[in-house]
Amino acid sequence: MSILVIAEHNNQHLEAATLNTITAASMLGTDVHILIAGEQCDQVAEDAATIKGITKVLLAQGKNYAHRLAENTAPLIHSLADVYSHILAPATTFGKNFMPRVAALLDVDQISDIIAVENDNTFRRPIYAGNAIATVESSAVKKVITVRSTNFEAASKSDHSAPIETIDTAFDTGTSSFIELTKEESERPELTTADIVVSGGRGMGNGENFELLYKLADKLGAAVGASRAAVDAGYVPNDMQVGQTGKVVAPNLYIAVGISGAIQHLAGMKDSKIIVAINKDSDAPIFQVADYGLVADLFEILPELTEKV
Amino acid sequence: MKVLVTVKRVIDYNVKVRIKPDNSDVDLSNTKMAINPFCEIAVEEAIRLKEKAAVSEVVVVSVGDQTCQEQIRTALALGADRGILIETENPPASLAVAKLIKAVVEEEKPDLVILGKQSIDTDNNQTGQMLAALLDWPQGTFASELNIENNKATVTREVDGGLLTESLNLPAVITSDLRLNIPRYVSLPNIMKAKRKPIDSKTPESLGVEITSTNKMIKVESPAVRESGVKVESVDELVKKLKEEAKVLA
Repeated sequence: MSILVIAEHNNQHLEAATLNTITAASMLGTDVHILIAGEQCDQVAEDAATIKGITKVLLAQGKNYAHRLAENTAPLIHSLADVYSHILAPATTFGKNFMPRVAALLDVDQISDIIAVENDNTFRRPIYAGNAIATVESSAVKKVITVRSTNFEAASKSDHSAPIETIDTAFDTGTSSFIELTKEESERPELTTADIVVSGGRGMGNGENFELLYKLADKLGAAVGASRAAVDAGYVPNDMQVGQTGKVVAPNLYIAVGISGAIQHLAGMKDSKIIVAINKDSDAPIFQVADYGLVADLFEILPELTEKV
Repeated sequence: MKVLVTVKRVIDYNVKVRIKPDNSDVDLSNTKMAINPFCEIAVEEAIRLKEKAAVSEVVVVSVGDQTCQEQIRTALALGADRGILIETENPPASLAVAKLIKAVVEEEKPDLVILGKQSIDTDNNQTGQMLAALLDWPQGTFASELNIENNKATVTREVDGGLLTESLNLPAVITSDLRLNIPRYVSLPNIMKAKRKPIDSKTPESLGVEITSTNKMIKVESPAVRESGVKVESVDELVKKLKEEAKVLA
């Protein structure tokens, strides 16, 4: 049977996590299809058709899919499920929103947030904020899976182009409607795909002080993240949160500034290649996972570091 | 209007989990247990709706063994009106829990069900969405703001790209994110009062639900441990190490 990947996109381009999900899908079979549900998103379908490993693109368009509301997306995926053994989506807030709904419609338990594929029906996934790794075997006829993108390479482009098939079934339950999406516009790289991430915690003191981090980040071409404490305190918006319930990142270099290192934060960044911690408290748990620790006052260190990198 | 809210008994969020020597599961014996933080936020939200008079009754449901009575009592002390414990030996998987709660929803007929977005033990983030699917209700997941008006719920959701606001027809399922509210402290008089509030017992059999799962946990291991690194004395030393030793800076 074939494998189906649900694409995360914004009607203009594919989101990066889709490419990692395709890699996970390719470990399960050679016939990998991708569903693009959206509005006026032909370009996304054309781009998806040229990704290595994709053999067919399913394109469902309409106002009802414009914002990919779970109430409309889940029955669409359920209606297509017959020919698929596995259905995968990124374990982002996009995939987490509708995939369990698909699983329930199929009467199966979902396998959430996989970090490795052992075989067709066995997967590894973190539990307890990543403090334990479970190996889970699924007996489901159809396996519904969300994929942690940082644990799989991104699929590359190929020079072939897979056929695009139009899906006409329009599910519109009418029970939910989109009002607005508010988003902080930023020129910096996306947090989950950036090569370098600079994160600030409660030690930053206030939102204005994050400017010090932005300056360092801009010099390094880095994305900026934050701990839950900094988001809760209102220093920065929620989409910057790294951790068990925020974003999971695994850049080449993660610089944690004024972050104590609660297990909930470590869950979101401890797979980074190199971790640097800057904190004035030498006992902060962040130093236990840091490759390089600097015990110092961040307000003195940040300008100097920005100058010297 | 009635709200149903769910609570799960989990390891206390400050406690680091141990893994059994035979790698069959985590070891929760003699471990401090608590109400799942996201569930506590869900309970608080339901109580605030009641205080705003948007809701007349808050019913709290848990699934698990007798010890889960403790977490139901905590929710009652926060201000829920009555409890229902669905007794099972082990905590069932997400889909079975969703089926059990669906059966309670069909008996209780609430206008709103609020759940935590995930439990901090299995980190699945599934049950609310599954419940919504089984009931064919709309869902507002990862909510950081909730308003009820004119038989509709306006919910602001924390998504990777920012904050997304949707309007849902009631009845609906909501799952709480961290910033929906800050739960109140439980006062001693309210703990005493909670002791007199009723808790009903139900079983999967009495609700007509078979407990099964398509997922089987075959092994639990510790994650790879990061070797602890070194402390550097200055910015110069740090930059030098990042460039020459780690080679992550050009």
